[in-house]
Amino acid sequence: MPDHAHRSPRTPAWLAWFIGRLGYGLLTAWVISLVVFIATQALPSDPARVILGPDAPLQSILTLQQQLGLDQPILVQYLRWMGAALRGDLGISLDSQVPVAQLLFGRLGHTLALLAGVLALVVPLALTLGVSLALRRDRPLDRWGLSALILLKATPSFLLAVGLVLLFSMPGMGWLPAVSILDPQLPLWRQLPSLVLPVVALSLSALPYLTRMVRASMIEALESDYVVAARLRGIPERLIVWRHTLPNALTPAIQGVALTLRTLVGGALLAEVIFSYPGIGTALNAAIQMRDLPMIQGVVLVITLAVVLINLLADLLTVLLTPKLRTARRVKMIRRNRRGIRPWWRRARSTPAQEATHD
Amino acid sequence: MTAAVKIASDVLQVSDLRVELAGQVDVLADVSFSLAAGEIVGLVGESGSGKTTLATALLRHARQGARITGGHIAVAGQAVLELEGEALRLARGGLVGYVAQDPATALNPALRIGALLRETVLAHLPKLPGDAVQQRIQETLVDVGLPDDAAFLRRFPHQLSGGQQQRVMLALAFVLRPRLIVLDEPTTALDVSTQAHVLDTLKRLCRGHGVAALYVTHDLAVVRDLVDRVMVMYAGRLVEVTGRERLFSAPAHPYTRALLAAIPDIARRQPLQAIAGHAPAPGQRPAGCAFAPRCARRRAECAVIEPSLSALDAGHQVACLVPHREVLPRGDVAVESVTAPGEGVLLEVQGLDVAYDRQVLFDVSLQVAPGECLALVGESGSGKTSLARAIAGLGENVQGQLRYGGEPLAFSARQRDARLRHQIQYVFQNPYRALNPCQTIAQTLSAPLAHFFGVRGDEAHRRVEAVLARVSLPARVAGLYPQSLSGGERQRVAIARALICEPRLLVCDEITSALDVSVQASILALLRGLQGEGLAVLFVTHDLGVVRAIADRVLVLRRGRVVEEGSVEQVLGWPVDDYTRTLVAHSPRLHLGG
Repeated sequence: MPDHAHRSPRTPAWLAWFIGRLGYGLLTAWVISLVVFIATQALPSDPARVILGPDAPLQSILTLQQQLGLDQPILVQYLRWMGAALRGDLGISLDSQVPVAQLLFGRLGHTLALLAGVLALVVPLALTLGVSLALRRDRPLDRWGLSALILLKATPSFLLAVGLVLLFSMPGMGWLPAVSILDPQLPLWRQLPSLVLPVVALSLSALPYLTRMVRASMIEALESDYVVAARLRGIPERLIVWRHTLPNALTPAIQGVALTLRTLVGGALLAEVIFSYPGIGTALNAAIQMRDLPMIQGVVLVITLAVVLINLLADLLTVLLTPKLRTARRVKMIRRNRRGIRPWWRRARSTPAQEATHD
Repeated sequence: MTAAVKIASDVLQVSDLRVELAGQVDVLADVSFSLAAGEIVGLVGESGSGKTTLATALLRHARQGARITGGHIAVAGQAVLELEGEALRLARGGLVGYVAQDPATALNPALRIGALLRETVLAHLPKLPGDAVQQRIQETLVDVGLPDDAAFLRRFPHQLSGGQQQRVMLALAFVLRPRLIVLDEPTTALDVSTQAHVLDTLKRLCRGHGVAALYVTHDLAVVRDLVDRVMVMYAGRLVEVTGRERLFSAPAHPYTRALLAAIPDIARRQPLQAIAGHAPAPGQRPAGCAFAPRCARRRAECAVIEPSLSALDAGHQVACLVPHREVLPRGDVAVESVTAPGEGVLLEVQGLDVAYDRQVLFDVSLQVAPGECLALVGESGSGKTSLARAIAGLGENVQGQLRYGGEPLAFSARQRDARLRHQIQYVFQNPYRALNPCQTIAQTLSAPLAHFFGVRGDEAHRRVEAVLARVSLPARVAGLYPQSLSGGERQRVAIARALICEPRLLVCDEITSALDVSVQASILALLRGLQGEGLAVLFVTHDLGVVRAIADRVLVLRRGRVVEEGSVEQVLGWPVDDYTRTLVAHSPRLHLGG
């Protein structure tokens, strides 16, 4: 994160706000980890029985339970798990007997690569498309473009993915691998062709939403008083689009991208299943089927942290891109922390609101 | 000045301008006028009269859905309507400058002041060297009365006050040295003192640089000291064009006279006369004179012949078949006698403090007698709305004492006795947002009846009709939804909603500021009548003319403190406090030295 502190003599208000939000985010992650841990441990299924199989003698099950610490009170189990997790140890997968952290690390890398690919493809594409449709509002290109986007949105994503496979990977066409089974021995960047189809499939399903979002906020900004005023000042159209309109239209788009990323982190399942791509989604799926509790807990923890982080980054970007928020003495995100829903322990405090000097 | 010289010196010439909506419905037609260099002309009209359409048409711009379909506009010899592409872009800003209504929304929130100014200069003079650009920007900033240091240029619009923002808008227009500048109600969003300063600056700039200005406004009083000539617009046509003195002393068009009679004046209390009926919407113009249906002087031919703008005498044009030729009877109309307020005290406020993020009211005390109208006056941010809300029981974080009819009154409306609660009613500022759009007027009005008095069915129906009659609305309004009513009608419904609760104290929060002057006059007359029936009114406003028209006593608030209190005659006639003096001095007035 770039350091903006040099811009003003004081530490900018958004930094304090950001640290506060970071704290809240970690709190959220912790609460969710607690809930997930208790929920998974409280399941009727017994990990020891899962490991040893249905025919194992009672004695060995009890021994294993003792070894795994399953006979202890659930809070003790949680504290132990939490302490280990803070040290980076998420336990041992019941299914494969490999440390969860190690399994997760590889899977997370793959998912992140997928997300990076989707971002790199879908963001520029949605921006260009959204802006050009907004500029041609209600003209034939805009209407056709919108219809095409709705068609794309209405097509089930698995159909899209299967269609892509048919198009690019059938015998005789074999440009790209139909399945993306990665070779763990090779670094990811040497297997890039395997990434292409999953990335394209996910991008296509995210594109309509983002494009329509950019288009809508562009149209709103284009109709604003300041754009009309700039036009009537003779500012060239090029500057009006890229300098006056787009920066103000970006904020909703950022939140849109964050929403897309949040769904993809946990739910890139579609592409992972169809293309057999080894990501986090399939890992979670498999872990649930195998009652692999440490794995489930690890995956959920990672997804939670990722969602919290994405939200945080999106809000930070919003604040940094909105001068009014960036330069405020106290950052208040719109519709958040408003009077009335502010927590009680903050209500009493009165701070002078920001006021411009009057002439 | 001879005609030949006049034409040569004209900066702007407009002839037969016509703007249409879809389906050849005209919003503007047969508009012809001219402006000389350095001349400031006011364009006055009520909402929907087409004045903003005319203003932007001078830059060859029409709002979404409208189209300029005919006529000729020449600015300094250039035919603006024939310009296309790059030439049009250079004419906008370079030849004709534009200042928008609300500076808070017309300045890009993401761009610094310096960037906006630099970009504007470079868009028109790309070859100007950097230091020349800088010098020009600094000159202009000094011209409009803003600081020119680097720190100011690095500010974002939201870091400026409203007055500074509007000065930046002026700077953005003047930095290009245009020949004509079009201002669309540039001071509507500003306080009176700020407005006076901005108007001064504007006048100095236009005179100094020889720039012609078209000043669009709905308020004749605002242009009183600013303009050389006034054009009055009604239903998309110019109905009267004349010099300033002439307009205020001997207006010829009945509409102009009606408009003047509707404007409350700070200098003297005069009976305000509302204009009956509505201005026709585009596409619903009657045959003949568009004002005829509302005109007291109409004759049979008015409904047949559409009068065109023609010279009454030198420098005075009017579009009327039977124009007034006599001078406006000056002054001393029988002043409405102030109703004697009832005995005793209805509401007493003592030592009231209100705090949100910061404290907005400090130790405010006041009294309202039954049947009295007390005006709360102050600029934006003075805490007048907070005070009104606290009295109505809508405030939060309130401290102090409230007494109503001698009894202590709770701060929160929820804790007040239901028998008391209906006696204090609140009318909101914006009638467009104060009525539930999903309920008919009858539903809106009968809800408090059922709530307070348990009255339903036929009796409720009868009371709704009675209250509608009391606010001069026809009974058929009951079946309508708010969206089919005009702003004035909605505000009447809002007042009716308060009246149906049988209040003894009505709190009115700037209830006329969103309305046209002619509608405002009718609402004020209505309140005046209600007050005569014994209703006490607490009237929050920033307009001292309105105060003069309606109030018995005034309370002046500044930054949350009461700075002056007294009868209207005393406070507006002989203000004691410095702040009140500035307010009175800066308030636009219709009659000089009145």
